[in-house]
Amino acid sequence: MNWPHKDLLDVSQLSREDVDVVMRTAASFREINARPVKKVPTLKGKSVVLFFAEPSTRTKTSFDIAGKRLSADTFGLAKSGSSLQKGETLKDTVLTLQAMNPDAIVMRHSSSGAADFVARRVSCAVINAGDGWHAHPTQALLDLFTLREVWGDDLVGKTVTILGDVAHSRVARSNIRLLTMLGVTVRLCAPRTLLPKDARALGAKVFHELEPALDSADAVMCLRLQLERQEAGLLPDLREYARRFCLTKARLKNAAPDVKVLHPGPINRGVEIASDLADAGNSLILDQVASGVAVRMAILYLHITRKEKGETA
Amino acid sequence: MTPPDLVVADAAVPGRDGRWTLVCAAGQVLELSPHDPAARFPEARVIEAKGQLLLPAMTDAHTHLREPGQEWKEDIASGLAAAAGGGFSNILCMANTDPVNDNESVTRLMLRRASEAWPHGPRLFPVGALTMGLAGKQLAPMEELLAAGCVAFSNDGEPVADTELFRHALEYAADLAPVIDHCEDPYMAKGAGANEGVMSARLGLRGQPDVAEALQVARDILLAEYLNAPVHLAHVSCRRAVELIADAKRRGAPVTAETCPHYLTMTDAALFGYDTMAKVNPPLRTDDDRLALIQALREGVIDILATDHAPHAAHEKETPFEDAKNGITGLDTALGSLWELVRLGQLSAEDIAQRFAWRPAEIFRLPHCRFAPGDPADFCLFDPEQSWVVTPETLRSKGKNTPLLGQSLTGRVTLTAVNGHVVYELARAGA
Ligand SMILES: [Zn+2]
Repeated sequence: MNWPHKDLLDVSQLSREDVDVVMRTAASFREINARPVKKVPTLKGKSVVLFFAEPSTRTKTSFDIAGKRLSADTFGLAKSGSSLQKGETLKDTVLTLQAMNPDAIVMRHSSSGAADFVARRVSCAVINAGDGWHAHPTQALLDLFTLREVWGDDLVGKTVTILGDVAHSRVARSNIRLLTMLGVTVRLCAPRTLLPKDARALGAKVFHELEPALDSADAVMCLRLQLERQEAGLLPDLREYARRFCLTKARLKNAAPDVKVLHPGPINRGVEIASDLADAGNSLILDQVASGVAVRMAILYLHITRKEKGETA
Repeated sequence: MTPPDLVVADAAVPGRDGRWTLVCAAGQVLELSPHDPAARFPEARVIEAKGQLLLPAMTDAHTHLREPGQEWKEDIASGLAAAAGGGFSNILCMANTDPVNDNESVTRLMLRRASEAWPHGPRLFPVGALTMGLAGKQLAPMEELLAAGCVAFSNDGEPVADTELFRHALEYAADLAPVIDHCEDPYMAKGAGANEGVMSARLGLRGQPDVAEALQVARDILLAEYLNAPVHLAHVSCRRAVELIADAKRRGAPVTAETCPHYLTMTDAALFGYDTMAKVNPPLRTDDDRLALIQALREGVIDILATDHAPHAAHEKETPFEDAKNGITGLDTALGSLWELVRLGQLSAEDIAQRFAWRPAEIFRLPHCRFAPGDPADFCLFDPEQSWVVTPETLRSKGKNTPLLGQSLTGRVTLTAVNGHVVYELARAGA
C-alpha cells in the first residue's frame, strides 16, 4: 500500500479507502500502546517539527507522543519560541523550517488556510493540526476511530449531533465532512450566533433547540466554547448559554438508548457538558485521548514512509 | 485650419455600422467619417486600424496610486503607465496615501509627479480626503483641495462611520464637488475579507455580509434625498445595493453608482484554495450578485465602471488569507477582462464606451471624447481577437496582484492617445 497524499490538510482530500487505511493502521498502533514497552523503531532517524503558532497542549503532546513511540525525533517550535512574534512572516518561518529539512511538519495556526499555504511551499509532509476555523483532520479521524470502536466499521444510518460553537470550529467542519462521507446523518445545534449564516451548506441539518436535535441521536459531540465569544456579543453569558445548551443526562432522555458523548477537550464543565455526564459510562472523552495517539501515529507513519511517484520500494 | 496630424483609418466604431476614419489635428477631433480608402493625409501619422475597434479613451473614477508614501506598491509614474496601457485618458486617485491627500501641498505633489512622468497624459485628477487624515472627525478643507486640482472628495479606505459628520460632509461638499462613498457598515464589515455565504462557511473564513454594504448604501441614499446633495456610491458589489439604488433613482434621488470589472467577471468561488489575489473589499460575491450588477450596468442603474485599482507588493499577498491585504490591480486588465462579457453578449462595446468613458467623465466634469469635432482626441484602439496571457511582465502596474495572473484574455488595447498624443503603443509581435 502506498499512501497517495503528500500532506494531510483536511479530511475532504481523503477517499473512503484512505480513511479505511488510516483506521486499520491506527488499530495496529493501538496494540503497541497497550504494550509495556510502547516504542517501535519504525521512524528511527526521521524528524518531525511540531510548529504550533497558536497555543495548544493536548494536540501538541499527542503528536509528540505519537512521534516518539515511532522513534522519530520531534522538535517543538512554539509561537513564543519562534521569531513569529518579532514580525517574521509565515513565509519566512516556512523557509526556515524547510531549511531544517524535516520529514514532516505538524502545524497549528490561527488562520484558515495556513496549512495549505505552508504545504505549497515545502517538500516535506505537512500535517494540519488545526488551521483557524477551517479544519482539524486528525481530530475528526480520532473521533471516527473512537466511534468505530464502539459501533463497528459501518456507520451508515447513525445520527450524530454536533452541539455548540460550530461557526468558529475547525473540529466541527472536519467532523461534518468525514461523517457525512461515511453515511452518517449530522445535526448541528447551536444558537444562531454560533452557526455560520449558511450552515446548511456544510451538509448537515440545523437546529436551534436541544430537544429535537437530540431526539434519537446515536452520539453527541460537544464543542468547546471559547470564553471570548461572550465578549464579541455572540452570547449574553456562560450561565445563559448553559441554560439553553449544556448537555445533561436529563436532556439526553429522548436520545438513542446507548447514546455516546464526545468532547475534543479541554472541557468547560457545566458550560458545554454537565460534570457528571462527562464522567459517566457513555462518555467517550478519555477514549478519544487514547485514540488520538494511535491515529496520529498512523498519520505520521503513512506520510513519512510514503514513496514519491517513480521511487521504487 | 490646422492640417490633420493624426489619423486612425479603417476602424470599427461601437454603435455604428461600417468602417470609420478618425481625423485629428492639434490634439482635437476634426471629424469621424466613413472610411475612404482613397483619402490621403500627407502631413499626418496614419494608423491602420483594420480589424480593430476605436473606442473613446476611458475615465477611471477609482484608483489607488499609492504615492506619496507607499511607492513599493505603486507610484504615480507606474500607475499612469498602467493606465495608458489599459486605454485610459483620465485617472482619479484616492486620498489614502501617506500623508493623506487632505491639503493642497499633497495634491500639488501628485499633480507634479504626474506631469513629470507623463506630460502628455493620461491626466491625473486627485480625489481629496473628505475628512482630515481620513479620521472621520473633522471635515477636510474642500475648497483648498478643489483649487489645487482635486475633482471629488472621498474617505475611501476609511469610510465615515459617524452619520452626523457624513451628513455635514455631503452638505458642505454639495456646492463644491462630488462625494464618493465606500459603503460598508463599520461594525459588520470589520475584519472580513470574504463574502458571508456558502464559500466562507466552508472555508472557515470570517464573512462580510452583503447587508453590511446595503445598509450604508441605504443611509447614503436617504441622506442624499433628504439634503438634496449628490453622492456617488463606490464599487457596488451586490444585488441588495443594486435594488436600493434602482428604487432611489426611480424617486429621482441624486445618487450615482459604480461597479468594477472584477464584480462582473468573478465570484467568491475564486477564494477556493484561499487565493489571496481574490481578496478585495468589498468582497467578491455570488453569481446572483454578479448577474444583477451586469443587468444594472446595462440599464444604467449602475452609472459607471471603475477599476478600484489597488496594487500591492508580492509579499503583502503571500500570506495566509486573513493576513493578506485587500485589493486587486485593475488598470492593465480592465478592458480585456470585460471583453469576455461582450463576447457572451451580456454587455456591448457601446455599454463600455458609455459606462467606462462618457458617463464617468460627465459625473466628474472631465474632458472626454465623443468623436465630435472639437472634442479632445482621447481614444484607444482595441484588438478584440488578440489573446494574451496575464503575467507579471504584461502588467505595467507595479502591483501584480490579480486573480487573472496566468489566465489568458482575448482582447487587448493596442494604442492609447490623449489630446492626440500617442501615450501607449503595443509592440507588434515579431516587430
Ligand atoms: Zn473602497
